[in-house]
Amino acid sequence: MTEPLQRPKRKDPLKKTRVPLLPQGVRSRTALGLTAAAAEGRFQLQVCSECGAVVYPPRDACPRCLSARLPFQDVADGGTLLAETTIRTSTDVYFRERMPWRIGTVQLDTGPSVVAHLHGDLVEGERVRLALKIDKSGQAIAIALPASDTPHMADDPQWRELTCDPKFRRVLIADGRTAVGQALALAMSEAGASIVFVGVADPWKPFPGEDRLRKIERVEVVALDLTDTISVNECAGEFAPRVDILVNNAEYVRTGGLLERKGLTVAREELEMRYFGLTRLAQAFGPVLRARGADGVNSAAAFVNLLSVYALVNWPAYGAFSATEAACLSAAQSLRAELRPGGVKVLNAFFGPLETEWYQAVPPPKVAPLALARAVVHALQQGLEDVFVGDVAQDIRARLAVNPKALERELGA
Amino acid sequence: MTTDLLAFANAVAAGEVAVVDLTHTLSPEFPTIVMPPELGQCAPFRMEEVSRYDERGPAWYWNNISMGEHTGTHFDAPVHWISGKDLPNNSVDTIAPANFIAPAVVIDISQQSAANPDYELTVADVAAWEQAHGRIPPRHWVLLRTDWSKRTGRDYANMREDGQHSPGPCPEVVRFLVEERDLLGLGTETIGTDAGQAFHFNPPYPAHFYMHGKGRYGLQCLANLDLLPPTGSVILAAPLKIRRGSGSPLRVLALVPRRD
Repeated sequence: MTEPLQRPKRKDPLKKTRVPLLPQGVRSRTALGLTAAAAEGRFQLQVCSECGAVVYPPRDACPRCLSARLPFQDVADGGTLLAETTIRTSTDVYFRERMPWRIGTVQLDTGPSVVAHLHGDLVEGERVRLALKIDKSGQAIAIALPASDTPHMADDPQWRELTCDPKFRRVLIADGRTAVGQALALAMSEAGASIVFVGVADPWKPFPGEDRLRKIERVEVVALDLTDTISVNECAGEFAPRVDILVNNAEYVRTGGLLERKGLTVAREELEMRYFGLTRLAQAFGPVLRARGADGVNSAAAFVNLLSVYALVNWPAYGAFSATEAACLSAAQSLRAELRPGGVKVLNAFFGPLETEWYQAVPPPKVAPLALARAVVHALQQGLEDVFVGDVAQDIRARLAVNPKALERELGA
Repeated sequence: MTTDLLAFANAVAAGEVAVVDLTHTLSPEFPTIVMPPELGQCAPFRMEEVSRYDERGPAWYWNNISMGEHTGTHFDAPVHWISGKDLPNNSVDTIAPANFIAPAVVIDISQQSAANPDYELTVADVAAWEQAHGRIPPRHWVLLRTDWSKRTGRDYANMREDGQHSPGPCPEVVRFLVEERDLLGLGTETIGTDAGQAFHFNPPYPAHFYMHGKGRYGLQCLANLDLLPPTGSVILAAPLKIRRGSGSPLRVLALVPRRD
């Protein structure tokens, strides 16, 4: 049984902070298919289009029929743990300081056998679920998990190395003035975050939900205005070394494409809040996050971006807004590469219209703020890179994969 | 006879004329006027460092700044309001510069404002002031002392669910000051020259409507009005020369003769 995680002690200021090390992160282009699946928490392997064989490790030709048509597809994740090994020493600097480390061979029900990392609760011969996860290098690895959940399962050290669990971590929610920000504060607190810092801009303006926000356990309201470089830098100066998960939930939702908007005042505000806000947070907090990627139980773990799914494809009814979201998505991709040397993940949570005032005229389905917040927490607990929350986001994602041009026309109709 | 400006400069240097700064420091946190969120908003003050003796500029420190024309302590030109849109010389770049140096009277309603944040200056208040200090001469700034500038943050903006609550002039007194007293402009310590609830007055925002409609000016977010005498001070308030500008942040100084 997994030993429950203990709240980490305060850090000894005389101790050096360990430099984040990464496991080997080179993959073939074909093997990146596993990374794509792991990023969204799917279990996908290559399945031969000719003979139906399930193939692992990734190959360019089917080992059974030599076909080159080997697309990645969702496959069943069940299997049996054939053999288990505990590694006690290694020349690899990443694994060396994480010993002992268990690996084993899993016979998948679909055919292939896979050498995988092992959850601590597994015993040889047991049934397992195999999962693909993104490791600290940003690449997919396989980990075998108990067939059904076990107590404190998420506290297993090998599992926690792959996730960004808010438990015992310190979270900063960038904007507490919004319904989503307040829902995130609640969800993070409930997930066991040890502190939830919540940024509030323009404290001279009252906002709905303020009293409730301040009453949430372990919430600390801090001054933070994403449109103001000085404010973001001052907040980072005070709190950055104690932020393990940063959630950029900045919102700026206005209707209209390029022609409906008269002048640039609104566009500037939108970019200030969203693109420049993200840039300010990244510059102020990013270097500290990256340096603290291996800082114990509450190491820096994730930079979370809340993004409209229309970052992926423009919705002209909210056209200028979509363009700004696209800029943020692009910046998030850059940030992901920049934070990777620290083993810090960038989680992008995509969603369609929200059940909030600025989407008032949009018919359902809409995502409730608390549903979005819980989805973000779950994605962190699973160590995902991309999560699509709600029917609209999942629908856009699916239609975009099939025919981007058709989707462009449909959204612009 | 030539005016002895050198004697005046010497008096300033000797401290016989005090120079009182009526300006708040421009900073990102300073509240700006708030419109309903679907309307256009006045940009708050922002500052981006260009370099600070570093790789971006090794021997020098400087910033790029941005703000609205109506951010911080600022000047309102007649073109700011629809009632003044067609007047000649109605923007900050075309106003005759002699208007930027003018005497002031200070009407103190700080006690009334402390008791009632929605206090409205009335014609009767002005009459009482004139009883004590004499008739307001033409082409003077009328400065409304409310001590509002001593408030900070939430108390300064004083926003509630039904809007902002801060003192200001009632419609009749604005008309009286413009038509009967020929004021140069109205200066206040609050975020606007109008009361916080002036949207509900008739006409809405009477200080803006009547004053700018008659080519008068506004100064708002002033500080230190409590350091000025009721009469006898001179205001230096020159806005930036922005082409067709409707207003401008500025440094407002008061010259106050020292009393013996």
